[in-house]
Amino acid sequence: MTSHDNVLEEAALWLGQGRRVALATVIETWGSAPRPVGSQLAIRDDATFVGSVSGGCIEGDVVTRALETLETGKTELLEYGVSDAMAWQVGLACGGRIRVMVEPVKG
Amino acid sequence: MDAALLNELVRARAEKRAVALATRLTDGIQKLIYLSDKSEENWLIKAIHEVLSSDKGAVVTAPDGAEWFLNPFNPPLRLILVGAVHIAQPLAEIAALTGYDVTVVDPRTSFASPERFPGMTLVTDWPDEAMTALAPDARTAIVTLTHDPKLDDPALQAALRSPAFYVGALGSKKTHAARAARLTEAGFAESDIARIHGPVGLAIGAKSPAEIAISIMAEITETLRT
Repeated sequence: MTSHDNVLEEAALWLGQGRRVALATVIETWGSAPRPVGSQLAIRDDATFVGSVSGGCIEGDVVTRALETLETGKTELLEYGVSDAMAWQVGLACGGRIRVMVEPVKG
Repeated sequence: MDAALLNELVRARAEKRAVALATRLTDGIQKLIYLSDKSEENWLIKAIHEVLSSDKGAVVTAPDGAEWFLNPFNPPLRLILVGAVHIAQPLAEIAALTGYDVTVVDPRTSFASPERFPGMTLVTDWPDEAMTALAPDARTAIVTLTHDPKLDDPALQAALRSPAFYVGALGSKKTHAARAARLTEAGFAESDIARIHGPVGLAIGAKSPAEIAISIMAEITETLRT
């Protein structure tokens, strides 16, 4: 029986297979956030992902942004919340706010 | 993040070493810092100790004003099951799924067999020797399941002398009262004995071994998180 806390292990495995990989990490939360600080998502270059940074509300956008970092090579800091201008499309239903770091893994 | 850093982090996790990943948010500079590291600046070492002991990541501000994100990676929580009985089988699986490192202790090798516990760590020493070797810490939960005082009691005595965050013992109220009397006899204070969750598990009307395992895992989680 494996645990559901193997995001980094999966990322390392993908790298070893020659894939490009990005990581997203919740670094700050305010109010009622779905996942605690430190929660991680690993994103492979074909948009396959494991882990979570929310209850599924923002993963779609984070994956898109993560794939962009694979091209730019730059770490990005993202913020999500209901007060966000993008809230109509991407936001947290729970009313909290979170800050997410998205970074490419460089081989 | 550099691939080499990711691989080192994965290796540290496999070796069950406590480590924190420090990221300077202004420029993305990263490093892994172990508890034994002395070379880092004092404010950073202090902050790393805090995130590791609370097991919660945090954004902190360095003396120079730069923001750092500190992400702790502690070794997994541990669950020691004493008694390789039927309930131990689903409980070991649910605990592993929850992220615990599970060890099943039972000197009866017909119970503690790899066929009954595939992939689990099995210890067939007597519980007192096993507990000495396992040295439960504050990130360890211990549950006794044998119903047999010869096996349960030495394990519970060791558990009560340890800082384990959860101690549970299977058995009815009557069994638990008798157990408490024996522990009192053995010199344990009322406050020590009160650490034991007995009857074990949340009262959800569990009947089957798997349901009882869920109620125990729920109580362990409640004790850890609330």
